[in-house]
Amino acid sequence: MPKGIKTDKNGRLKSRPQMNDTNLLLTITIAAFFLMYIGAIVFLGGSFTKPQNFMNILNNNASLIVLASGMSIVMITGGIDISVGQLTCLVCMCSAVFLEKYNGNIFEVVLISLGIGLAYGLVQGFLVAYLEIQPFIVSLAGLFFAKGMTTIVSKEPVRVTNEGFLAVKNARVNVPGLGSYNKLGNYVPAYVEPGVIIALVTVIILYCVLRWTKLGRNFYAVGGNSQSANMLGINVKRTKFIAHVLCSLMAGLGGLLYFLHVGSGDVANAAGDEMNAIASSIIGGTLLTGGVGNLIGTLFGVLGLNTIKRIVAALGFDQAWWTNITVAAMICIFLLIQSIVLARKNKK
Amino acid sequence: MREGAVLEMRGISKFFPGVKALQNVDFTLRKGEIHALMGENGAGKSTLIKVLTGVYEKDEGEVYVDGINGSVHIHSPHQAQSMGISTVYQEITLCPNLTVAENLFISRGRGIFNNWKEMNRKAGEILDSLGIPAKPKQQLGTCSIAIQQMVAIARAVDMECKILILDEPTSSLDEQEVEKLFGLMRDLKNKGVGIIFVTHFLDQVYEVCDRITVLRDGQLVGEYAIENLPRVQLVSKMLGKELDDMASIKNENDAEEAIDKGTPVFEAEGLCSSADIRPFDFEIHKGEVNGFTGLLGSGRSECVRAIFGADRVTAGKLKMNGKFVRIRKPLDAMKLGIGYLPEDRKGDGIIGDLSVRDNIILALQVMKGFFRPISRSQAEAMADEYIKLLEIKTASADTPVKSLSGGNQQKVILARWLLTNPKYLILDEPTRGIDIGTKIDIQKLVLKLAEEGKSVTFISSEIDEMLRTCSRLIVMRDRKVVGELSGEDLTQTKVMATIAGGDGK
Amino acid sequence: MMKTKSEGGFFKKMVRHQLFIPLLALLLLVLFNLIMDPSFFAVTIKENSLGNGVLTGNIISVLDNASELVILSIGMTLVTAASGGQDISVGAAMAIAGSVMLRMACGGQTTADILQSPLILCFLVCVLVSMCFGAFNGALVAYFKIQPMVATLILFTAGRSIAAWINKNELPIMNDLRFKYAGTFLPGVPIPTSIFITILVIVIFVLLLKFTTLGLFTQAVGINSGSSRLNGINPQFIKFLSYVILGVCVAFAGYIRVARSGSINYSRIAENIEMDAILAVALGGNALAGGKFNLTGSVIGAYVIQFLTTTLYKYHVPSTALPAYKAVVVILLVVLSSPYIREKMSKLKNPLVKKEKKEVS
Repeated sequence: MPKGIKTDKNGRLKSRPQMNDTNLLLTITIAAFFLMYIGAIVFLGGSFTKPQNFMNILNNNASLIVLASGMSIVMITGGIDISVGQLTCLVCMCSAVFLEKYNGNIFEVVLISLGIGLAYGLVQGFLVAYLEIQPFIVSLAGLFFAKGMTTIVSKEPVRVTNEGFLAVKNARVNVPGLGSYNKLGNYVPAYVEPGVIIALVTVIILYCVLRWTKLGRNFYAVGGNSQSANMLGINVKRTKFIAHVLCSLMAGLGGLLYFLHVGSGDVANAAGDEMNAIASSIIGGTLLTGGVGNLIGTLFGVLGLNTIKRIVAALGFDQAWWTNITVAAMICIFLLIQSIVLARKNKK
Repeated sequence: MREGAVLEMRGISKFFPGVKALQNVDFTLRKGEIHALMGENGAGKSTLIKVLTGVYEKDEGEVYVDGINGSVHIHSPHQAQSMGISTVYQEITLCPNLTVAENLFISRGRGIFNNWKEMNRKAGEILDSLGIPAKPKQQLGTCSIAIQQMVAIARAVDMECKILILDEPTSSLDEQEVEKLFGLMRDLKNKGVGIIFVTHFLDQVYEVCDRITVLRDGQLVGEYAIENLPRVQLVSKMLGKELDDMASIKNENDAEEAIDKGTPVFEAEGLCSSADIRPFDFEIHKGEVNGFTGLLGSGRSECVRAIFGADRVTAGKLKMNGKFVRIRKPLDAMKLGIGYLPEDRKGDGIIGDLSVRDNIILALQVMKGFFRPISRSQAEAMADEYIKLLEIKTASADTPVKSLSGGNQQKVILARWLLTNPKYLILDEPTRGIDIGTKIDIQKLVLKLAEEGKSVTFISSEIDEMLRTCSRLIVMRDRKVVGELSGEDLTQTKVMATIAGGDGK
Repeated sequence: MMKTKSEGGFFKKMVRHQLFIPLLALLLLVLFNLIMDPSFFAVTIKENSLGNGVLTGNIISVLDNASELVILSIGMTLVTAASGGQDISVGAAMAIAGSVMLRMACGGQTTADILQSPLILCFLVCVLVSMCFGAFNGALVAYFKIQPMVATLILFTAGRSIAAWINKNELPIMNDLRFKYAGTFLPGVPIPTSIFITILVIVIFVLLLKFTTLGLFTQAVGINSGSSRLNGINPQFIKFLSYVILGVCVAFAGYIRVARSGSINYSRIAENIEMDAILAVALGGNALAGGKFNLTGSVIGAYVIQFLTTTLYKYHVPSTALPAYKAVVVILLVVLSSPYIREKMSKLKNPLVKKEKKEVS
């Protein structure tokens, strides 16, 4: 080997491919989730041994999974969108009011949900990408707007009684091969709601987009170094625009799933979900600085976040504040791990 | 369009608010030639290139590209690429978080999906054929800067460009890598590619180029075949003046025998830092100018960083005027009267958005302490004094320092340290990437400081510059000190030989 | 030639000036209210429930209600400048500060009619606790190099729960009038006390910037922390310090807020104020990515936000729908101040500028 080429000075001995940031953080997250869950099964037992417990985490968080995926995409491009939680709430309310007061049907609800998300994304994306306004401020305004609009649409909670909708809402999909015996000794198969399947399919599709398509790689390139990306001939503005549109679209879909799960519109719906989505992305190994992240990690971030909530509840600390404090502690621990791991890696 | 030309730019003008960056400039690039674009900083080289690559849009003039009828308008780097114009910039413009293969192929080709297998295979072939020691699946950020630069060139080469622009690609490469790059350039030339080569190194121009276009103050000076333009003439064309200044420096250099040979101002024994250098000894006397020399990455910058406490010092004893001292952080060094002008001007030197004045008073302010701010009127007086003294070209002392040219930024940092009245000043590459006029100013200043009884350590990539200013050279190779030259040993050949290490290690 | 340029570019300079947008916004709001209903600006003396004659009127209420926001936005400006990010936990931290205040004042009882410990002691403890939480955020940002928004997300999530935990999830009520002075009126003084506190805080910061090098060091660190280090500044400490200073601001704001009613609602107190504070910083023309800052801008920004809120209330916009209107105004303002639009605006006036130039030369 020629002398003077620095990576080679340490020789080809170091030929083991170095783990990149994305994979390293992903591994930590997945390992932590399994450790936590297995720990809960071993030490707490009870409901944790039942597969349905796990399925319920999915059932309750289908919308969050979708939201967090969208959030991760924006974060990978180096942006942020804090409007998604309130947007979910707005979508829920609009859907509920539409079903109840205007006798709409479920297909129109789907169109409305995605339509609101898309419209939101187009506006926010335009402001962020083409007018170059800071994404935090744009989505902050988006958050305020959605919050205000929700109460303008309806201040009172709206419960949906539309039969066609209830049929879909109450549909259950049994998971083959999983189940448990109840107190009477009857076999109860584990089930998921249809929303979970939609959410998981969405995550897989988005994962593939990020992993294998040119658009997906452009997201990473823009987040890694947007100036370089521009020089490499990537249309940075359009890439950012698409990321924000996707994120808001996911918030629209998330709103639909949330609506399917709770079946009502309420101003308190999805409160704080933007922070849950950001937290899940971070736990899943997405860096706010952009360029690093993985949707599978985000999925496990959501699962991990909610597992810890359940563990805390199972330990008997059922007051609301304990949940929040533990979640905060968990984010803190993950951040510290990431910070230390990345710092050590950079030193080498 | 002229016969055999791949690119013709006619009457190009570009205006910025208050500045005429380019005025009526013509430029022609022929098939299979390496064409040097020369000029001082601010001459309009980078503007011309940015117009060509679509980063800026021209205000006047026409551009013709081989194979396209009529004058073209280039709006974006992407469009430039599609016309066969590829560029490799001085600063790496690749994405460090993607793999090497991705960086080679991103935003190229059609379709929605990347064909990963094919991409990695092709990338492997390209890397092998160019002899670049990187793996396709390796993350680019884990490669050294030199390799990243070569990947950028590989990308441009593989785009089958007709016009390849190399904008100071050699400033972060060492000699072997430069040789490799030149080999590559000659190959491409033989394949009929037109190459525009921008560099500050005259040697390199005369080694590979066929033709030279010189710009000055945004205007065309002329286009010359290389054999018709000797070095001295090239320099005088770039400067627009004859070379008396160069000569006068050498004369002044004779007056440097007044070095006090008593107790050294600064002594280091077995100094070693976290930046992976071998322990080294070092001393400097009052009124002495010495230098660290060696190839890029030989550890010369790391040595001075260790002296200043910029890297974590892991071992060694320091003495200042014979007394033991400890330097654990830059502030300790500053309090002892050491000043340090860092190698990376943009990253470590200037504070871009702050005004020239704030940049000048910063170090003094830090030394005075948190609770004793320098008053506005004092600061103004100090800044004005040094702006005048060093002839810093700035609209006012309130101008953000980032809007100054590289040479003037360097002068601002110099002013910052001179203001603290240091006993010992470390200048790491103070002349890199700045125009020849300012280079001479800085060299003169260094010698003047030494005359005034200050000690200076000077580092530069250009050996003749070091020979002009330093009375003693410490030579480094592979992160350790391998020799010390002074007096009659200070000749180009001797220094080169020591750097290369001909004595068989 | 330099001279003609600066004269000719006066309009351009004005448009580009940092305070252009916040002042324009303030001006527009004032004009709007003047045209719609000049009585908006009327200030009268009325007797409050305690029989004191106090000033009332929309302007007074803007100045009064903006107090917490102004104080927070000052601290937030420093944090933004030094660390290039924002602290989103200030609302939650205010809940903690208020909770500590009440806990000290009530001495652990649910209702207290008399202060259980001296007010100054209560406040000192409150400041200390807030500084500790500020230090926690600061340590994460400065020493563990976690992005500010993410680091403060921790306290944002946990803060209100910690506040509840401090008082064992009870809602203490403080009835001592002395406790409420900070949020209401001092006896015999017709101007709300919070205005005085705000002025006090602003004066402290003006002095701090004048008699220390905090301003220069903060900006240097925010623009280029590597370079600052080589000039002898300790960038980590400056970042850390900015969060601790914000902690002090939070203590002031938290105290004013609980003093208004003498009670606390953990989940609703100072809700979304972090968003308003960040908005104030941005409205003031400060880059959210850090670097140079302008405290005046942030203070004006904070008053603009409160002015807008009060104006909207006056036109009977329900408080729950308020955010939607605020959002529209915010978007208009940021679009106006976006680099792209500013560029267009100054180009629009270019012919005019050129003309002037010719005349001068």
